[in-house]
Amino acid sequence: MHREKRSLGFYVLATFFGLFVLFLYGPLSAIIVLSLQGPDGGLTFPMNGASLHWFANLFEQQAVGDFAASFQRSLILGLMVMLVTVVVSLLAGLAFRRRFYGAAVLFYTTVGSLVVPSIIVSLGIGVVFQELGLPPAWYSSAFGAHLTWTLPFGVLIMFAVFNRFPAAYEEAARDLGASPWQTFRHVLLPIIAPSLIGVGLFGFTLSYDEFARTLMAAGTFNTLPLEIYGMTTNVTTPVLYALGTATTVFSLTIILAALGTMILLRRRQTR
Amino acid sequence: MVAIATEATMQKSRGRKTVRGLTATLQAAPLALVLGFFFLLPIVMIAVVSFWDYDFSTLYPDFITTNYSDTLGSWVTWKTYLHTLKFTAMVWAATLFIGFWVAYFLAFHVKSAAMQMVLFLVCTVPFLTSNIIRMIAWIPVLGRNGLVNTALIHMGVISQPLEWLLYSEFAVVLAMVHLYTLFMVTPIFNTLMRIDRSLIEAARDGGASPWQVITNVIIPLAKPGMAIGTIFVVTLVMADFSTVQVMSGGQSASVALMMKNQMSLLQYPAAAANAVVLLVLVLLMVAAILRVVDIRKEL
Repeated sequence: MHREKRSLGFYVLATFFGLFVLFLYGPLSAIIVLSLQGPDGGLTFPMNGASLHWFANLFEQQAVGDFAASFQRSLILGLMVMLVTVVVSLLAGLAFRRRFYGAAVLFYTTVGSLVVPSIIVSLGIGVVFQELGLPPAWYSSAFGAHLTWTLPFGVLIMFAVFNRFPAAYEEAARDLGASPWQTFRHVLLPIIAPSLIGVGLFGFTLSYDEFARTLMAAGTFNTLPLEIYGMTTNVTTPVLYALGTATTVFSLTIILAALGTMILLRRRQTR
Repeated sequence: MVAIATEATMQKSRGRKTVRGLTATLQAAPLALVLGFFFLLPIVMIAVVSFWDYDFSTLYPDFITTNYSDTLGSWVTWKTYLHTLKFTAMVWAATLFIGFWVAYFLAFHVKSAAMQMVLFLVCTVPFLTSNIIRMIAWIPVLGRNGLVNTALIHMGVISQPLEWLLYSEFAVVLAMVHLYTLFMVTPIFNTLMRIDRSLIEAARDGGASPWQVITNVIIPLAKPGMAIGTIFVVTLVMADFSTVQVMSGGQSASVALMMKNQMSLLQYPAAAANAVVLLVLVLLMVAAILRVVDIRKEL
């Protein structure tokens, strides 16, 4: 087979792609650099000295915002959402492989949950809790609000996974006398494990960064994104960038850990 | 004898079928319960509350239509809707253009599967980080003393910093394109990867130029992906309040921002009426797009 010569189109598109990546990451790297300024630093270039002052500042008492507590809330909430998203999406994915009463309605409700504007869901949950006399809180109303955003992603991923799932493996297990539970536990679950980690990653990161749906449903105590959103209007020091850098690095660590685990699991499967 | 035997098997298989149906129903129940309570009930509640009366502190169950006549009778509302639609059209056009070419490059020009995966992940990772941080990140780039202005002044292109880069409609559209292009890239990439390569060979053998292959083969086959991406981008932009607020510096308006302001004044029924109008509009747009594509087939 002869090697295809790279066309002019390739170079044009490669440049376009490169610019797109620069567009995606450029601004983010600007705030990372600016967060490392000295104590006299401002919101724009040029850099005013270099230090970790603003990161140290994150741990001090703030005039506006309480980072440590809101980070803790967002972390716990993210883990709760992740767990529920994985379990509920997996179960729903299994259910949708068969026919059941109301399957079409449930499918369109799930898609609906994805397309209905976040602020409407947020307002609705806020009003429901108010009328039921329940106090809204990050672990109840905001938890539910996040699930309306993460579950559709989870269910759609499971849909895609099961649409490509070869039925032969399960049939073979059944023919060899495995019970439905054994088939699930020893055949199906190991095969889809990497996808489940993907669903978990979506569940956690989408919840950890979510705020449009949290807005009316968080109650008294803010999650981290709400705290940052509040800061955008009244904080004028690089502490805002330090917080942005810290939470982005945290997200990136989670993403890399999840991807690493997925690759490891895949590799073990092919062996 | 045979008849009895078949009867028995049939009964048995029917029994197994109901058991399976029951299992499936039980497996679907958690999803149905969560969405029922946190999604369907709130939507119904909004529709109900939009007819209620209110004062500065409480809501009064009622059936009045003033919330609707107030909002639809106001010129400001119509202007805000037009404004939001304008943002939507601009962001849609930009994300569709960028999204298609990025996906096309990944699907047809990157040859190794591993490289494809890596480059796709490079595009995906920012989506999993905070939207607000990604908005704030534009401040040092676009600001009065930001990177773009400094660079342009150094190069002698301009003598005064450009004021319209940040806190302007330009900034809003730019930030939205930055935030939402991925929602176009992913579904288009997904459909492009499933195009049978022999179709392209055939078109080439038939004498089609590379450009004709794109316009006559690839773009028509990519339409479902474009439609799904469009649904994402349109619904996200129509519902956006934070990007508009942060990037326009409070100088621009959107429907969702108008709702948010009403909520902070505790005018829930007024916000609910707006929510119903917005919801109907968004669902109509989605229904129109769904005429182009069957999403269930695309997963």
